[in-house]
Amino acid sequence: MISIIVFGPLLAAIIAGLGNRMIGNVPAKVITTGALFLSAVLSWMTFLPFLGGHGHEVIEPVFTWIKSGTMDVSWELRVDTLTATMLIVITSVSALVHLYSWGYMDEDPDQPRFFAYLSLFTFAMLMLVTANNLLQMFFGWEGVGLASYLLIGFWFKKPSAGAAAIKAFVVNRVGDLGFMMGIFGVYLVFDTIDIPTILEAAPAMAGSTIGFLGHRFDTMTVLCLLLFLGAMGKSAQLGLHTWLPDAMEGPTPVSALIHAATMVTAGVFMVCRLSPLFEQSHVAMSVVTIVGAATCIFAATIGTCQNDIKRVIAYSTCSQLGYMFFAAGVGAYGAAMFHLLTHAFFKALLFLGAGSVIHAMHHEQDMRYYGGLRRHIPITFWTMLLGTLAITGVGIPGTYFGFAGFFSKDAILESAFAAGGHGTGAFFVGCLAALLTSFYSWRLMFLTFWSKPRWEQSEHIQHAVHDAHGHDAHAHDDHHAPAHAHDAHGHHDAHGDGTAGYHPHESPWTMLVPLVLLSVGAVFGGYAFYYSFFGVEEGVRFWAASTLYHNEHLVHAAHEVPKWVKWSPFVVMTTGLIIAWLCYIRHTDWPAKFTAQFYILYDFLLNKWYVDELYDLLFVRPAFWLGKLFWKGGDQGTIDRFGPNGSAALVVAAGRVTRALQSGYLYSYALVMLIGLAAFATWAIMPK
Amino acid sequence: MSQSFPILSLMLAIPMAGAMACLFVNAQTARWIALLATLADLVLGIILWLSFDLTPGAPEWQFVEQSRELFGRFSWALGIDGIALTLIALTVFLMPICIGASWEAIEDRVGEYMAAFLFMETLMIGVFAAQDIFLFYIFFEAGLIPMYLIIGIWGGADRIYASYKFFLYTLLGSVLMLIAMLWMTREAGSTSIPVLMAYDFPVEAQNWLWLAFFASFAVKMPMWPVHTWLPDAHVQAPTAGSVILAGVLLKMGGYGFIRFSLPMFPEASAHFAWLVFGLSMVAVVYTSLVALVQQDMKKLIAYSSVAHMAIVTVGLFAFNQQGIEGAMMVMLGHGLVSGALFLCVGVIYDRLHTREIDRYGGLAINMPKYALLFMLFTMASVGLPGTSNFVGEFLSLMGVYEASSWVALVCTTGIILGAAYMLYLYRRVVFGDLVKDDVRAMPDLSVREMLLLVPIALAVLWMGIYPESFLAPMRGNVTSLVVRMDRAKPEGDAQLAMGKPKPAAEQAEAHGAAAHGGESH
Repeated sequence: MISIIVFGPLLAAIIAGLGNRMIGNVPAKVITTGALFLSAVLSWMTFLPFLGGHGHEVIEPVFTWIKSGTMDVSWELRVDTLTATMLIVITSVSALVHLYSWGYMDEDPDQPRFFAYLSLFTFAMLMLVTANNLLQMFFGWEGVGLASYLLIGFWFKKPSAGAAAIKAFVVNRVGDLGFMMGIFGVYLVFDTIDIPTILEAAPAMAGSTIGFLGHRFDTMTVLCLLLFLGAMGKSAQLGLHTWLPDAMEGPTPVSALIHAATMVTAGVFMVCRLSPLFEQSHVAMSVVTIVGAATCIFAATIGTCQNDIKRVIAYSTCSQLGYMFFAAGVGAYGAAMFHLLTHAFFKALLFLGAGSVIHAMHHEQDMRYYGGLRRHIPITFWTMLLGTLAITGVGIPGTYFGFAGFFSKDAILESAFAAGGHGTGAFFVGCLAALLTSFYSWRLMFLTFWSKPRWEQSEHIQHAVHDAHGHDAHAHDDHHAPAHAHDAHGHHDAHGDGTAGYHPHESPWTMLVPLVLLSVGAVFGGYAFYYSFFGVEEGVRFWAASTLYHNEHLVHAAHEVPKWVKWSPFVVMTTGLIIAWLCYIRHTDWPAKFTAQFYILYDFLLNKWYVDELYDLLFVRPAFWLGKLFWKGGDQGTIDRFGPNGSAALVVAAGRVTRALQSGYLYSYALVMLIGLAAFATWAIMPK
Repeated sequence: MSQSFPILSLMLAIPMAGAMACLFVNAQTARWIALLATLADLVLGIILWLSFDLTPGAPEWQFVEQSRELFGRFSWALGIDGIALTLIALTVFLMPICIGASWEAIEDRVGEYMAAFLFMETLMIGVFAAQDIFLFYIFFEAGLIPMYLIIGIWGGADRIYASYKFFLYTLLGSVLMLIAMLWMTREAGSTSIPVLMAYDFPVEAQNWLWLAFFASFAVKMPMWPVHTWLPDAHVQAPTAGSVILAGVLLKMGGYGFIRFSLPMFPEASAHFAWLVFGLSMVAVVYTSLVALVQQDMKKLIAYSSVAHMAIVTVGLFAFNQQGIEGAMMVMLGHGLVSGALFLCVGVIYDRLHTREIDRYGGLAINMPKYALLFMLFTMASVGLPGTSNFVGEFLSLMGVYEASSWVALVCTTGIILGAAYMLYLYRRVVFGDLVKDDVRAMPDLSVREMLLLVPIALAVLWMGIYPESFLAPMRGNVTSLVVRMDRAKPEGDAQLAMGKPKPAAEQAEAHGAAAHGGESH
């Protein structure tokens, strides 16, 4: 069964990708989407026994991969609780995104390629989560990186898309360097890279030391930190986060699937998968906590100031991943996985909702040109509202009334508090980030759906209105915009209402069905899975069939935290909502005043802490500069000058055999060889 | 059966006969003769592979042909082990593709051109099959003559300078190697390579001998700083010349290290390992950065070859199974991938007659098949898992990590830089909008071009997904090489030391696991 789940999408990708124009749009879409829905159904059938507490580990061998010396790596498909959880996340979201793309990409000339990439991505992601050894995980890891690269660069005509694609791949490779070094180290220490074997042997390695880069370190700390560097790259944590916002150049369904629900959570998955390893190093755990908490607050601050609807959600994703990491860092892996699950549903929902808005607004992504959309696209509005309620964690503490994010985020914050140490700090940072989360999420909602339309300044909308008169607007960058909103809107409609005579339409059913289904997850996902993932006794039973390190004491302590701790997320969430309401509904002049007053802070946040500029200065420019230096100054200026050219000059200066050298070097070479042969022959014939 | 039928001699004879025939016929006939001769060798290569005995305890050298001593101690001695087998397979696989790539591109003196290629095939197979050091030397050095001719006659504008550079670099190395060979055969009293491989040369002499061989192999590799002939040679050579240069000729240096330097001078190899590591570390970073700023596609790929070959050298001198097998896999993978990349450049060069990157752009629109294949080879060059190069790079770097984490770290940065320069190239050529009229007029791959690229693509994926087919033949030979070098193996820098005592059972298990990692107590 697991083989069908994993290889079905691959087969579909190959058929759709290679068939492409030969088989046409509809068959390509039917095959890929069909394969994904089949995978999704089978994944749920795999997952449910684990939820019931009677699933067990299965390892299905495929065939040998690499055998060298004592290293023996095979292609294997491993299913346990952790994998099963990831299976349902990946296949469900992927299947819905496939369906959604029928509508969203309807006018694109290159649909088979798009669907092939989506399915290819799903395959790679499935290989990642079913890996039973580190190398196969790395295969999936790089495979999703490739798919991400291809999909970010899907609209390859746009220079910005090409640049963003490269950036995503290269920044990820920095993390991969850590991952690869980590694998080397693991092999050196454990003599295997088979995951269960490593995890079993890990406790024996506690306290051992190893030489690394000329110094001696604690073995487990070195290994975990190297591996964590990989996780940081893939999950866009602080320092290696810069690729994620730029990745929004890809089509929106891609952002929902890859850059929100699945691929970016691979780092969290990796830390959870290897949790018994990380448990052996306090230093590594502290680093995970601190990096997670720092990313959480850092990305949230930037999220408050962005104007592009997708970028807000992208930074939000980055921030939510921070939550997952510090949960793992304090030892609450169950909570981390729980948030991963709920986040996948509500974040995919928000992204697809944003896609629906963008679709309706003719590919305008700037929220400053939205407004008043709730009457025009009601289903999108209501589903996004549910998503917002879920991400901000609306719910009543102490009861079972709450949206998905309420359960999972509170589980993380309570665990952090209960863990003490760095966890206490992470708790306060997490609360502050929750306030910002609430603020930017509602800011997004208010700017988009409330108050009056502000579309007339939008170039995209002007194009659209213009288009109605039959002009070819396809000279514009984003001309992949679905164009069915064109018809019948004359610009003679009443102006002055901010609409410029443009009336957004609700998206087709293929796009709305995924939104509605994901809303179900965003509403009930928390309550439904709370006990399995984070229950005191149920948790033990649920996680027993996996490698995840389930810290019973911590979970127990997290359930027993003081009342004020339980209520603080609720308080900050409400505060954030009120501030957003005051700023964007009640006193709409406040944001402008604020930015005028604190323009330095605002610029700093708007420009994303100037990290991109810093990296450009530190890495990109020096790389090109050094490249030129080595080429012109090194190869040509030094090696060639004093090497071959120099000796030539010498020969010329000596004034001898110049002519012979220029035309006869081949013969001189042959001559040298002949002399050699003669020498050999002489020696060979001579008796010793 | 292997002793009864001289299959290796036949593989040498067929292209040689073809070369002779090509000199006396018209252009079209010469093309067909060349194609048939190379295909015949491909078939023989497949037979060779299939009948190669992999069972444990099989003789190390198979298909041995040993004539009586022709004069003095020199004899016609051929035979292959698994390492040579894979490299011969690479050669016979690439040759028909080279002929196909020259089918339309070469119009002048076709007969001579085909003869040069066929002659070179004989010499290349000869290098890998020779069991007599004297025979090896002839094949090794003579192989450059047809290459000179190919660059010098059918090359680009600056061909004289390019071949002149190559000549200067190579001259010194081969003289030194020849002297070393003379001394060695005198000392050991045999010209047989297997005998020499088992002979223990005095440690004090090893250093000089090692350096003499190094002078020759480092140039062929090429290693930094003696690499500057390669970009020029590639740029000037016709497409098929570049393919064979990158695909097979660069592998001779690595093969030389495996066949001579490592088994014959293990102590000296350990002594000079840091020289090799140092040069390779510089090469990875230096040439990758240089590749990043190139404007000429062929130069970019040439510089990337230098970086990849540096991974080979660090793997070879890691003194362990993973390192050496990884190095072999990089050589095979790079042979396929860089060959394919040069073919990709050739495809668009044939259409627009420029190698300047900025002249292109937006090819994904009018050449989708090309874009797909080019993407695959780009990703393989970057070392994406599932492609040939990953297996090699991973094993090689894993091997060297055991020797030194510093070397591993510096060389692993190659995966970041490699991604940067290759994707930057791909973006400028294939992505973007199609704005230039002459670029828009370029047709997609023809059937002939598909026939050249698709087999390589399949081989690249095969090597990436099931590399066991390639690792299995060389496993036994690499193991015996590692055993032979073991006495000189340097200590790694990891030196795992266990912490506080654990319960007995756990302790024993942990010790067992740590034993190979340079366990200190």
